[in-house]
Amino acid sequence: MDHRDGGESTTTPTEEGILMGTQHRRSALLLTASVATIAALTACSGGSSGTVDDSFGFAIAEQEPDSPITVWVDASREPIAQAFEEDHPDIPIEIETYDGNAGGSDSFRTKIALFDQSGEGWPDVVFSTQTNDTSWAAQELNGAQPFAAPLNKGYFDQEFLDGFTTGALDPMTVDGTVYGLRNDLAPVVLWYDESLLNEFGYEVPETWEDYLALSDRLAAEHPGYILGTVGEAFTATYINYWGAAAPIFQLDGNTFSSDFSDENSQRMTELIDHMLDNGTLVQDSVFGAEFVTKYADKIVAMPGPVWFSGALFQNPDSLNTAAGRIGAANPLHWEGGEEVTGNVGGGVWYASSHSKNLDAVETFLEYAISSDRAVELASGLPAYDSAADQWLATQSESGYYVGDFAESVSTAASSVWSGWGFPSFSIEVSYANVVVPGLAAGKSLADLTAEWQEEMENQAQVQGYTVE
Amino acid sequence: MGYAFSSGYTLLLLLFGVFPAAYALFLAFTKAGQFVGVDNFARVLSDYRFLPAVQNVATYLVVWLIVQTVLVVVLALIVHSIGVRWLSSTVRFVYYIPGALAGASSVMLWLFLLDPTVSPVSGVLRVLGLETFVQTVSVQNLPIIFTIIAFWTGAGGWIVIMYGALNNISVEVMEAARVDGAGMVKTAWHIQIPMMRKWITYMAIMNLAAGTQLFVEPRILSQASKGVVPPDYSLNQLAYLYAFRQGDFNGSAAISLLLLVVALGLAAFFVLRGGLFERD
Repeated sequence: MDHRDGGESTTTPTEEGILMGTQHRRSALLLTASVATIAALTACSGGSSGTVDDSFGFAIAEQEPDSPITVWVDASREPIAQAFEEDHPDIPIEIETYDGNAGGSDSFRTKIALFDQSGEGWPDVVFSTQTNDTSWAAQELNGAQPFAAPLNKGYFDQEFLDGFTTGALDPMTVDGTVYGLRNDLAPVVLWYDESLLNEFGYEVPETWEDYLALSDRLAAEHPGYILGTVGEAFTATYINYWGAAAPIFQLDGNTFSSDFSDENSQRMTELIDHMLDNGTLVQDSVFGAEFVTKYADKIVAMPGPVWFSGALFQNPDSLNTAAGRIGAANPLHWEGGEEVTGNVGGGVWYASSHSKNLDAVETFLEYAISSDRAVELASGLPAYDSAADQWLATQSESGYYVGDFAESVSTAASSVWSGWGFPSFSIEVSYANVVVPGLAAGKSLADLTAEWQEEMENQAQVQGYTVE
Repeated sequence: MGYAFSSGYTLLLLLFGVFPAAYALFLAFTKAGQFVGVDNFARVLSDYRFLPAVQNVATYLVVWLIVQTVLVVVLALIVHSIGVRWLSSTVRFVYYIPGALAGASSVMLWLFLLDPTVSPVSGVLRVLGLETFVQTVSVQNLPIIFTIIAFWTGAGGWIVIMYGALNNISVEVMEAARVDGAGMVKTAWHIQIPMMRKWITYMAIMNLAAGTQLFVEPRILSQASKGVVPPDYSLNQLAYLYAFRQGDFNGSAAISLLLLVVALGLAAFFVLRGGLFERD
């Protein structure tokens, strides 16, 4: 879940975890209540006192053209905010760094919930490393107008919005309204080690069937070498099931559904169980210390998001693979099936619907998404087409990758399966507390899918979705 | 003058103690400012996460209270019986050190101890059949793990307090016991422990209050294990999720009140059975 967009690992507790620590078991009663007290003391009206401006599609606050905009970024996005400050000295900006909402910390949502309760204090722009924040940010909470401003109802130029890679804005789109701008894409490609493939005499697999067949050969001929891991909550879910177009996490309007009996779901469950059995899929976390020591030279091929490049292969603290070995191939798909792939994250920029300086916010976001500096500072594949092309060209020129890196990555970027849902809860939570311990205890994935599905459906219900 | 000294505390108590508690009471019975009776409680009680959380906290409390009470008393008796002065005070000091660490930081330390790949005591973990961090922190092991963590951080302070209680027992009584031929065990069982009863009850009540509010340990373990320890393991975590994940402050306040009622009931039981407020 960390490294979601090529950021840094967050196995340490988050800001609020530490806050809780210093309070040492002061009850949630006190915490909740004191927070709410402050809210009650300071708030007169919940919600913004703006008028509905039909031209933007939401109630805008009274505009103050020279007022400073507050921008929340994670550490990896701080440079682009600072670059903006240098290039636009006329726009006052306050940059605040936070944990980027990474690793399920929920800090973005927590803080906005408090501002909603108090009726003031919202930041103007927020960057989040998670892709599913729209599910709550586009909804009214405790009487306040939804935090995320609708962007395609007159606020941003349609021409600008059209410049995004096809499908990049899907996770932030609800009933045709766009609530956030995608910063980077994280489509899944097939990473392979060319030197190992050549040494063993194997071809790069093109389909899940090839991949499965390769696993049997590899297990028999070169035991100890691997083709991936399912020990992390984002791997089996976003890489395998999503990439297999398996409808296990779907949202239709307000209805959540999870279907493990679908053919694609079943085939993927069987594939994972089979490869766990023959030892070519392992249960280690790609970010664990053991993964590097055990498998640094043993990964023959591994489906994974584009950001594996910087987070694993080219990372001196991780696999640190030498140049000229690793290549990215087109994503795996079912033989004869639709050529689709999965996606693991990608950050999103949100504009606040409560902002008092919407013009400045627009200028900032366009800069952060599509300027030359944005391309220069990007740590992953930009979601904006023109920026992506430039970024890919730079990466290809570096000569680190074998094969046609740019071609495979762009193919993957435009073929992310659109059936996957983005509700307000993450599939990673249920995978982590049902499947990960289950597999560790020696059960097969097929044994666990019923319990996993039930956990997802329970979560959906609590979050107010209808479960089908 | 006395009022001036205590006014600061009183003010803070009102602002951050009494007023929030009263506000929670208000929140628990209302929704959007309207009185809704026990609706919030009904919603919370029917939540699928509620009973497992109750069960988790209850299991932990049973394991921990027994372990803590027995071991603290036994250790205090042992320390008290050490005749060598410097050794006795050194032991007390060493016991006390872990308690000086803040809760969160001690959990951080345990994160390393519990992960077989980096733990200095990985041998012990492997003997127990625990090869990975995920296996170590599986849900059925958690009551034991939290007990060990809580004992390690909290027991030292209590041992020092019990030591003080033991010092309070008059020399004549102890001497009489010795003259009657009571050994160490008999003295402890018939004289020292009965005379420490109030202290033991006091410890049980304080631990009960702390234990029902289990939050820091499971929360940090949950984040460190990337969710293998569920984020809704304890009741307080559930209250936290209600408030901040679901934006349902009313439900959160309802959980807090339920927790308060249960903890008060149990504490009352201990007070009455332990004779905490009886005069000699």
